[in-house]
This record gives sequence, structure tokens and C-alpha cells, in this order.
Amino acid sequence: METLVIILIDGLVYASWLFLIAVGLTLIYGVLRILNLAHGSLYALGAYAAASLVIRYFDRGLWPPGSYFLMLGAAVAVGLLAGPFIERGLLRRIYNRDPVYQLLATYSLFLILEDFIKLVWGVNPYFAYKPAWLLGQVWLGGIPYPAYSVLLIGVALLAGGGLWFFIRRTRTGRLVVAMIYDPEISMALGVNVPRLSLLTFTLGAILAALGGAFTAPTLSVAPGISVEVIVLAFAVVVIGGLGSPEGSAIGALLVGLVRALMVHQRPELELFAIYLVMALVLLIRPQGLFAREEVRRV
Amino acid sequence: MKSLRILPWILAGVLIGLGWLLPGWSRFLLTLALARGLVVLGVALLMQAGLVSFGQGLFFAAGAYAVGFAMKYGGVRDAFLATALGALAGLGIAALTGLLLARYRGIFFAMLTLAFSMILYGILLKAYTITGGTDGLRIAPPAFLGHVLPEEHAGIGQYLYTLACAGVFLYLVFRYLESPLGYAVRAVRDNEVRVEYLGLSVSRVLYLTYLLVGVMSGVGGALSALSIGHIVPELAYWTTSGEFVFVALLGGTGSVFAPFIGSALFEFIRTYAYKYAPYTWQMLLGFIMLAIVLFMPGGIWSLSTSIPRRVFGWRWFWKPEA
Repeated sequence: METLVIILIDGLVYASWLFLIAVGLTLIYGVLRILNLAHGSLYALGAYAAASLVIRYFDRGLWPPGSYFLMLGAAVAVGLLAGPFIERGLLRRIYNRDPVYQLLATYSLFLILEDFIKLVWGVNPYFAYKPAWLLGQVWLGGIPYPAYSVLLIGVALLAGGGLWFFIRRTRTGRLVVAMIYDPEISMALGVNVPRLSLLTFTLGAILAALGGAFTAPTLSVAPGISVEVIVLAFAVVVIGGLGSPEGSAIGALLVGLVRALMVHQRPELELFAIYLVMALVLLIRPQGLFAREEVRRV
Repeated sequence: MKSLRILPWILAGVLIGLGWLLPGWSRFLLTLALARGLVVLGVALLMQAGLVSFGQGLFFAAGAYAVGFAMKYGGVRDAFLATALGALAGLGIAALTGLLLARYRGIFFAMLTLAFSMILYGILLKAYTITGGTDGLRIAPPAFLGHVLPEEHAGIGQYLYTLACAGVFLYLVFRYLESPLGYAVRAVRDNEVRVEYLGLSVSRVLYLTYLLVGVMSGVGGALSALSIGHIVPELAYWTTSGEFVFVALLGGTGSVFAPFIGSALFEFIRTYAYKYAPYTWQMLLGFIMLAIVLFMPGGIWSLSTSIPRRVFGWRWFWKPEA
């Protein structure tokens, strides 16, 4: 019973982390039709920015809970800086290219950012664990659990809720959905595509950086953290259906729970199980759980 | 155009001669370039069909580990047998994963191949009792028909053997592209639905191509394992596969020779980049790749037509007639 509770919570924590990254990836794909292989690097940028700032913040001995706002600020700043820069500087030039070349262009971006991070922050790991220590532990059904992880679930819920409100209740958000649903008709009806692309990419970048910033206290921020993220986020997005924000939430939950189950029961099969779930979903619904089937054109 | 027919033979002669002329280190690099060129040739072949494989490391590692296992557990030392095992491993894995992959295109194909290679990476890493984990496996110098070459000739023997294997596959792929199946592959990239209306099964065409690519990459993995003498799970990691894609793009898909030229160039760039720019090496690759994507989508090979056209104002091809 206790193991079950732990697996559930672990799964939820992992899922909220995955959701923050995957939802940006899926939104960007939905509007821009580009799979951003550099998305993991945005996550890493967020993590590095937050970790290095938090370490300095605590060295100064400032008000400890302020570090959470600092992490939030770091993520937003990274997203606002990197997002428009990448969208305007690179992606805008490749919108009309073959998907294969778009993929290769974002892959090059990934390689560049990877070394950029090393140049700026060096190769030594950053340990910004203090924000996680501050909260101590909570007791969940008689089991001690780090409270910070529960905070992570809260952050993901807030971000998800905010996103839902944006997409369903605001005019711009509805335009985003329209673009995902049918780009041709939306363009014909006069949607400002360049503006919407810029907005969506920046939003996705902020979300990825947020995921990085808030997980930074729970891990050692070191080179290479961006690599695994993109592969996992892609699995999530494929399970949910490319371009579907709701799908990425379900996909994140599924992958999160499967991973937690495997980590506790059969750790050697962890990676294998996640891809097995993905392969199974693809066998049954090749377009993913929530996406519509694309019409083939002659 | 008859003179063009003997060009491959001249090229082969020059490459064989280089085996004696070059110093050991650059001959080793060339051996590696040829072995990895086989994998790149596979990537380029898939690109002809409009597919990018970010998981070529799957076959590369499978071929390498087939050799490693055969050597460690079966006592196999023969180079020919080892290569055959590598090919078989590539074929087997391609036959299995191809069943699923033949249904996908574009991004899905790319990311699924990536996922498969990461699964193999995970297995190689976790099953350390068999695979040696991150330490990898050591591979003894191979024997050729029962003869282990003495140390001073081992490098050149390895080089000539790799060259011969590369030559065989180069010819096979060349013939493949000239065959109806090869034309169908390129037609799929142009318009898949129309190919099906013509009565061809696209997934069958892609499946067969994928099998060929699997065998080729498996052999490439086996050959590079034999010449390096050490294998690690990183061979299946997706950044290894990314390198293959990079090289394929660098060389271009204009000719069957282009992947090997790209591969040789890459090995030498890498050697110098490690020396002079060890921390910005990936960034350098990224910028080169971005420049190719944005300004020269045909790769280096496209220079062979674009430069003469610009200089002389006429088209110049080097493509042996069928």
C-alpha cells in the first residue's frame, strides 16, 4: 500500500515535470509545424539560469522564500530572451522548407546551444538545492515526502490551468487553437501568422525554461541534461498526439506513472517501458491519443 | 562518356595506393571514415526517400556488439565471419523495427528511429553483466582466414578489408538506385500517394530499403569495431546517430560517393577540432550544419555541379550511364 502511494506521488511529480516541457513542444509543433529538437536546450538554459542565480542569491543571505520568485523570474527571462531570438533569427527562415530540413535546422540549434551552455556556465555541475531544503518534508499517508516535489505538482497545475484559460478563454488563445486545428482556413481568415508563431514559440520556451528552473533544485545541473529531456518529451507528445495540449497532459501522466512504477519495481526496464507504451499507442492510434488523423493529399 | 566508366577503378587504385603512402594515423582515420561512410550511405539512401533516421546508431551498435559478443562468447576472430554477423544483426533488427517504421514518415519516422536506438542504448548500459556496461567490450585484432596479421601490417590489412567492403556496398547501392525499386524510392519522396495510385506498395518499397540500410549499417558497425578494437554503449546514443545525419547532409545525397567524401572530411575535421577547439566542437558542427541547411541543401556534392555551372555556364555531371 505504501509503495503504491509512493509510486503514485512519484509518478505525479515526474508527470508534472514532463508536462511543462512537453506542452510547449506540442504547442510549438501545432502552430509552427516544426518539431523543436532544441526544446531540451531551452529546458537546460532555464535550469542553468535558475541554479546559478539561486546559488548567488543564497550566498548574499537574502530572504530565502524569495528564491522561488527568482526561479520564476529566471525562467520567464530565459524564455523571453531565447524564444524571440530563435524564432525570429532561425525558424522564420525555414517555415516553407521540407520538414526534414526543419528537423536538421533545430538539431543544429541544439548542438550550438549545447556548447553555448558549456561556454557560459562551464562544465562543473551546479547544486542549487537550498530552495528544496527550505520546505522540508510533508507526511502523505504516513510517509515522509519532500515538500518541494509537491510544490512541483502545484507549479505544473498552475501552469496547466493558466494555459487552459489562455487557450480556451482568450481571443489569442483561440486563434492558437484555430491554427493547430486548420492552418489553411485560419490563414485564409486573416490570422496574423508571424505574430502568433512568435507568441507560441516564446510561450513554449518559457514553459520549458520553467520546467528547468523548478527542477534545478532537485538535481545537479550539469552538461547533458538537455539530451534526455527531448527524447522523453517527444514520447509524451507522440502518445498524446502532436499538437494537442490536452494530449500532452495525458501523455505526461501516462509516462510519469509508468516510469515511477518501473523505477520502484523493475529499474532496469525503465527506459524500455516508456518506449514500449509509446510503441503500443502508436500501433493502436498512429496519430496519438488526441490528434486528428491528417488527410493525405495528392 | 566511356572514360567516366573507368573513373571508379582509378579511384579504387588511388585509395589502395593511399594505404601504403599515408602515415598510420591518417590511414586509421580513413579506415574509420570508410566504415562510418557505410552507415552514412544508409542515411543518405533513406534521405532519397525523404526520411531522416535519427537512430542509425541502432544498427551501428548492433553490428559492433554482434562482433563483440561473437568474440567474447563464441571465440570468433575471423574478420569475414565477424562482418557477416554484423550484417545479420543489422538485418534482423531492421526486419523487426521496419515492420513498425514502414508505416511512418517525416518527424514520426525520425523520432521513432531515435527511440529504438535509445532502447538499445538502455539495454547495453543496464545489462552490464553481458555487455560490460559503460566500460564496453574489447575486441582483439581480427584474423583473415586464420591468419592474424603481424602488428606492422594490421593497419593496412584492416584498411584494405574495409575499403573492399565499402566498395561492395557502394556498388550494390548504385545498382539499387538504378533498379526499378530505387526509382520507386525517389518517387516516394516526390509524391507518396501517386506512387500508390501507380500500384506500388510504398511500405514494401521502404521496408526493403530499410533492410538494405540495416545490413549496410550493421557492417559499418562491425568494421569500425574491428578497427577501433573497443566498443561502448555510446555507439547507440542518439548523438552518434545525429553525427551520421550531419555527415550525410555534409556530403549530400547527389551521388553514392558523396557520403564517403563527407565521412572522410568529417573524420579529419573532427581530429583537428578536438585539438584546436575541444569545447566548441559541437557548436562548430551546429553552425556548419545550419549553413548547409540554409544555403547549400545539396551538400558538398552539389558543388560539383554548381561551381562548374557558375564558372563555365554549363552543366557538368559525373554520373556513370546505366
